[in-house]
Amino acid sequence: MITLNALVAVCLTYVVFLFSVAFVAERSALRGQVRWLKAPLVYTLSLSIYCTAWTFYGAVGSAARSGFEYLTIYLGPSIVMVGWWWVLRKLVRIGRSQRITSVADLVSSRYGKSNLLAICVTVLAVIGTTPYIALQLQSVTLSFEVFAQPGVPSPEEGARSYTALWVAFGLAIFTVIFGTRNLDANERHHGVVMAIAVEAVVKLAALMAVGIFVVWGLSGGVAQTLDRIDASELGHWQMNGGRWAGLTLLSAAAFLCLPRMFQVLVVESDDEGHLRTASWAFPLYLMLMSLFVVPIAVVGLDLLPAGSNPDLFVLTVPLATGQEGLAVLSFLGGFSSATSMVIVAAIALSTMVSNHIVMPIFLRLTGNGASVSGDVRHVVLLSRRLSIAGVVTLGYIYYSLSGGGTALATIGLVSFAGVAQVLPAMLGGIFWRGATRVGALAGLIIGFAIWLYTLFLPSIGNGALSDMIMTQGLFGLAWLRPQALFGISGLDPLLHAFLWSIAFNVIAFITFSLASFPSPLERLQGAQFVNVFDHSGGPRSWSGGVAQAEDLMIMAQRILGAPEAQALFEREARRQGARGMLPDPSPDFLETLEKELSGSVGAATAHAMVGQIVGGMSVSVEDLMAVADESAQLMEYSSRLETQSNELSRTARQLREANQKLTRLSVQKDAFLSQISHELRTPMTSIRAFSEILRDTSGLTASEQNKYASIIHDEAIRLTRLLDDLLDLSVLENGQVNLNLRQGLLSDLLDRAAAAANDGGHDLRIRRDVRAEQVMLNTDLDRLSQVFINLIANARKYCDADVPELEIRVSEEKGLLVIDFIDNGSGISAEAQDMIFEKFARVSDRQAGGAGLGLAISRQIMTRLGGHITYLPGRSGAAFRVELPRNFVVPA
Amino acid sequence: MIEPARDLTPDRPRSPLFLQRQSYRLRRLMDAARFLPVLGLLLWSVPLLWSIGDEETVSSSGALIYIFGVWMALILAAFVVSLRLRLGGDEPGAGG
Repeated sequence: MITLNALVAVCLTYVVFLFSVAFVAERSALRGQVRWLKAPLVYTLSLSIYCTAWTFYGAVGSAARSGFEYLTIYLGPSIVMVGWWWVLRKLVRIGRSQRITSVADLVSSRYGKSNLLAICVTVLAVIGTTPYIALQLQSVTLSFEVFAQPGVPSPEEGARSYTALWVAFGLAIFTVIFGTRNLDANERHHGVVMAIAVEAVVKLAALMAVGIFVVWGLSGGVAQTLDRIDASELGHWQMNGGRWAGLTLLSAAAFLCLPRMFQVLVVESDDEGHLRTASWAFPLYLMLMSLFVVPIAVVGLDLLPAGSNPDLFVLTVPLATGQEGLAVLSFLGGFSSATSMVIVAAIALSTMVSNHIVMPIFLRLTGNGASVSGDVRHVVLLSRRLSIAGVVTLGYIYYSLSGGGTALATIGLVSFAGVAQVLPAMLGGIFWRGATRVGALAGLIIGFAIWLYTLFLPSIGNGALSDMIMTQGLFGLAWLRPQALFGISGLDPLLHAFLWSIAFNVIAFITFSLASFPSPLERLQGAQFVNVFDHSGGPRSWSGGVAQAEDLMIMAQRILGAPEAQALFEREARRQGARGMLPDPSPDFLETLEKELSGSVGAATAHAMVGQIVGGMSVSVEDLMAVADESAQLMEYSSRLETQSNELSRTARQLREANQKLTRLSVQKDAFLSQISHELRTPMTSIRAFSEILRDTSGLTASEQNKYASIIHDEAIRLTRLLDDLLDLSVLENGQVNLNLRQGLLSDLLDRAAAAANDGGHDLRIRRDVRAEQVMLNTDLDRLSQVFINLIANARKYCDADVPELEIRVSEEKGLLVIDFIDNGSGISAEAQDMIFEKFARVSDRQAGGAGLGLAISRQIMTRLGGHITYLPGRSGAAFRVELPRNFVVPA
Repeated sequence: MIEPARDLTPDRPRSPLFLQRQSYRLRRLMDAARFLPVLGLLLWSVPLLWSIGDEETVSSSGALIYIFGVWMALILAAFVVSLRLRLGGDEPGAGG
């Protein structure tokens, strides 16, 4: 007889082996050698977590107790797998394109990312799965007992809990290590998947070994076995038709909705092509798992004393016939079934709990809101780990509390019926665009409540629902009896609960969907889910390696620029120690690349682009919204930039104009300086020359002396006048002028000015309108006449017409007296117009009449007198306008 | 005047009325893939017709042979379909 210690040693060896398998797989995945991890066979085998210890041991028990009923549990999933083209194909495509992480995430994503729905599904999943985990712990504990004390049927309570505790602890450790090793956006766990694939082989081999031993070793062949079956108490078909059909449908529904099945079917799926293989390979697996169940049950019933637990026939039949090695193998099979289920269920549940319950609460508490940076990764990992520990602990607590009794045995189907409540929302979500969040919520809650009331609470044994409620109904209402709703009694309790909960679930789902109106995000997501084959491209091969790296390179070159992208890729390739230019698309590298890209195009866009190439997934609506946000920000920023640049260019233009003016002024100043020195020099030279003549030449006649002296005198006067002008201008400019205000008639003023300007020199006809000039002025008349004289003199000097003529018009505009001086010459060129009022400005060098100060002085005078002098462009000749207030008041 | 409802999905390229032989085969293969689970469900519902409790009940060995026979036939059919069904065949509307 094998000792318990030896069994524990075998067990530990097996666990170490599993650890190393997971570890090696994880390492290979990190190094990018994922091809063998992604074989369709591995995918198919990983689906085998459907066969838990409940089916490994329980199927035989069920067959021994109730004949062929156990088959329904396998027939449902077989139909779903064979019909992969209907549902699974779509689910997997949606899962990949929407980056779905769990069944709760699927439902919530479909209905507009509703976290309330996600929480509902999560709670449902936890309540449905916890007893199931307890069931696994129970089966492992029971199988240990078979070896521990073969003679004693019921060992003490403490030892059981002890075993279960250790198993739970070990499973939690394994799951934490391999289930939360990295925080992959795709939630793929290569180590775990590889380990459960290995476990799948172990349990199939174990069950088939026992079966072959029973059929050929104990019964003597197939024909004899069939005879033996017919001769046994299971000899005739005695299946309740309702249960046969109902359980088949129930298991089919649960196969799609169980969190752990969704995890391996959809979340861990790398390639839709694997479904093709699994569509026949997994039914084959299921068929082989169930092939020998009836023979084992029949032989067990024959061989073993009446009253032995049929759930343990798989172990006790080999033990009773002395096949200890076979018994140990069978024990490992059961152990594998239990552990792989707990591991995957814990991962799936922890993902849901962490993503939909813990993280939202954490984010709300820390006030981070939606703008989460990379530093929450460790928080997510921690919450995952705590969730895993929590889920396994819950299972253990449930096991301890329920006492590991027979109540657990029925929990498998109860659990199935619970998670099946997700089915209407799930299938409705992927096939019917009209399904809404409100409908899904209503269906889920009603179905869940009915399931809780009619099946779950009555199933967990004494105390949950009082006898009074069970027999007389809630509040004493007979039609509310948990197992006979609406007075329809006599149904099998499970079928009764399944029927009513699903029926009301579907009715509520459809009714509320029809009556409500979905939000825009919901409608978008609905279209994306229902028409997923239109929106997402054909499945990309997850070939990995070169093809992806090349695609990434092409994209990066477009965004970063060719040399930069090449440099980045080369640097990363060198860091990875790879030969050549292209690095492996490892998570590290992708993160680096994404960061580089996000510098150029924004984080969400970068993520979507990299995801598109690496994950082969389409961009989700949330991504699109984030991208839109980013581009809106970019657009706003760029429009602000544009405004600024417009302003800048305007300023620059003004500056350029100012600069041009300054340059011209400076040129003129230079020109004038030479001019003024010339102007000063010319009279000085003649004064000097004639005074030298007067001094040095003797014998000059009186007339000569007189002539020379008068030249000297004239030149001195000219100099004085020039200096006077300069002085005048500087006085005017500095505002030190004293105005001598007097009353006078404009016409008198113009008369005097015309006379003064016209003395000597060629004649200039002046046309005036004397009547308009009868205007009384109160201003500095002398200064004003200086302006007039200057204007008339200018006209005389510069008017180039054959018969020069000046017209003086007087008018009144907006309370100002306006006097225009318009000659009939060619006028002043446009470019010179803004210069003529500057000091030293001269229109041309043609006539060196003055020093170019006249107009500058005039402008200063007019400013002092509260008026303006401007050039009127567009007249026939040169035209100046003088504007001044008629009654000048000296500003205080 | 009310416009008659024509094509409710105008952005979807209209599939041709007649297909090349190869595409035609592919379409029928998809139909087969869709039909298989229905067939399975039908065949596995046959036990509902078997009588219970009287003299002519079906023997357990017969029931086992029938159920597993259907199972193997389904697996075989699924295998044949999956071998020939390329995943490229999911053109618009094929999603069902």
